[in-house]
Amino acid sequence: MKFIDEYRDGISARKLADAIRRITTRPHALMEVCGGQTHSIARFGIDTIIPPEITLIHGPGCPVCVTPIRLIDAAVDIAARRDVIFCSFGDMLRVPGSRKDLLTVKAEGGDVRIVYAPLDAVTLARKNSGKQVVFFAVGFETTAPANAIAVHYASERQVRNFSVLVSHVLVPPALEAILSAPDNRVQGILAAGHVCAVMGCEEYIPIARKYRVPIVVTGFEPVDILQGVYSCVKQLEEGRADVENQYKRSVQEHGNRAAQELIRRVFTVVPREWRGIGEIPRSGLGLTEAYRDFDAERRFAVTASADGDPGECIAGLILRGVRKPNECPAFTTRCTPERPLGAPMVSSEGACAAYYRFRRLDGEARPQLADSTPCPQLN
Amino acid sequence: MHRLIDEVFLSRFGDPKTQEQHDAAVVTIGSARLAFTTDSYVVRPLFFPGGDIGSLAVHGTVNDLAMSGARPLVLSAGFVLEEGFPIDDLRRIVDSMASAARRAAVRIITGDTKVVDRGKGDGVYINTAGIGIIDHQLNIVPTSVRAGDAIIVNGDIGRHGMAIMARREGLEFETAIESDSAAVSDLVQDLLAAGVAVHCLRDLTRGGLASALNEISAAAGWGMELDESSIPIRPDVYSACEILGFDPLYVACEGRFVAFVPQNKADATVRVLKSHTLGSEARIIGRVSDDQHPLVVLKTRIGSRRIVDMLSGEQLPRIC
Repeated sequence: MKFIDEYRDGISARKLADAIRRITTRPHALMEVCGGQTHSIARFGIDTIIPPEITLIHGPGCPVCVTPIRLIDAAVDIAARRDVIFCSFGDMLRVPGSRKDLLTVKAEGGDVRIVYAPLDAVTLARKNSGKQVVFFAVGFETTAPANAIAVHYASERQVRNFSVLVSHVLVPPALEAILSAPDNRVQGILAAGHVCAVMGCEEYIPIARKYRVPIVVTGFEPVDILQGVYSCVKQLEEGRADVENQYKRSVQEHGNRAAQELIRRVFTVVPREWRGIGEIPRSGLGLTEAYRDFDAERRFAVTASADGDPGECIAGLILRGVRKPNECPAFTTRCTPERPLGAPMVSSEGACAAYYRFRRLDGEARPQLADSTPCPQLN
Repeated sequence: MHRLIDEVFLSRFGDPKTQEQHDAAVVTIGSARLAFTTDSYVVRPLFFPGGDIGSLAVHGTVNDLAMSGARPLVLSAGFVLEEGFPIDDLRRIVDSMASAARRAAVRIITGDTKVVDRGKGDGVYINTAGIGIIDHQLNIVPTSVRAGDAIIVNGDIGRHGMAIMARREGLEFETAIESDSAAVSDLVQDLLAAGVAVHCLRDLTRGGLASALNEISAAAGWGMELDESSIPIRPDVYSACEILGFDPLYVACEGRFVAFVPQNKADATVRVLKSHTLGSEARIIGRVSDDQHPLVVLKTRIGSRRIVDMLSGEQLPRIC
């Protein structure tokens, strides 16, 4: 498959891993921002072919994981209404709220549907004028343009029975929260390529300068991630803290201006609560006044309290990269994908789920590198 | 699903004489060893590229019998029809079943029909049960798997699941992905006739290749090593999986199986399978390791290794 196979090529990957080893003289801790990158790292075993001096810390870029419990609860309440068709991206359905998840609502008779594009939900609303159709608008800057189009389109066409339950979050404020925390150990950042395809690279320049961390806009395939690691390590070794763009095949310096304009028209920056992390100022998107009629929270008068005690779940520490999933005492014992304590174990992009699926036996019977094709780093 | 089966069904129905959990139960009556199995089909949509619920109901049960090395003989067919289900659709489904049965050389000899109120069913549900005869001395079950066995698939994986997914969700790809639904009993009989001492067979239905291997690994008590680059996946299936964020290792097939055979019979097995149209893409994809830790490990394209785990629940399309 074009644009995939060449970025999963074993020879290129090993050459890059070798190049990283050659330039590494001391330990470095890098954070990959996006859950998609985390899964790629675990799925392809990328962290096992880079030098042991480099620690990859898994960042907060899993929209499913950071959606606060109170909004999951609101979604559950709205979805359970008989007059509602509740639409969501697939991987939100299994995320536990304080009482249940959306799949349970579906099993109990709620009309909960997976859609692949927000506009599909608007189409559904037009076809079901007797029902309220609600779309769960979650995600980072990546999904914001498509969600903005859906709201804008519904407004233009006066699709009055459509609304969105918004839980949009923004990457830069989350990075600042992580980098300014007293227990931060992140020295370099692999920014999320798809977020930057929308927003561009410029908003990361002040962050790189302020916190003296290199930021490399990085893609999602093994060769992308290894190139990102290489650039980041090179900067750290040379004492630089610049913003670089590894993912040039998708990301332009200024991003996608039409998409940004659409986001600005439909959404406004608001404070947002992050599951496991807490409220971060100016870290989310909410509907602007002009589109407030499409706000499901307002339409259904949802009253949900702030997130309660997360119990044993250390999702906050995982999402800030302070702990790794296998450092959690509940990992694989009291917390599994079948019975998750927190969202990172549920989502297909969650760090805990990635470790569970690909890495469960770390330190116990962890698979070693293939002996037939040795990687220089571990020999 | 596994927990449900263990906790609710096996704990109550479990028969010490047929404890081996496999696609079909083997019973000895007189001097005859018979394989017996049943399966219910609730697929949506009823018609999909490459097949329909009728052909699927024949292939699925025939394949379950074949996986114990049995030669399928007879099937039953039970229908649960929703009131108002179009008779033309039913005719089409039954024609398709009859044709699939002919091709698989099985007879449908008994059946049942029930009608439920409108709104209480999904058009039509079909149950088929099947009996086959085991006319060889091999014990084709997971516990026969041995360290060093070659793991072989009879063709590309994931096509059925993605064909259903694309049709069900109205996803439009440039090319229509056709289901791989087919009866594979002939291939199995050919292998046995060629004198391959098959250790275990498993069709790659729900949960796909990854789930089948994990189940066998756990039951056999051996680890397994797969080579990612040798697992055949067609580009259209691979692309569709990439778009939806699915892992093709977990996508269901309906005409694909894995065979565990002694290493020295691996090439012969591939040769026999390749002589059949349903096995033309047959490939050795890995081996049973000598590690008694029941773990399926994949050597990735970039040379690292990772676990291939059981999936919990269905794969859900990703946000981004």
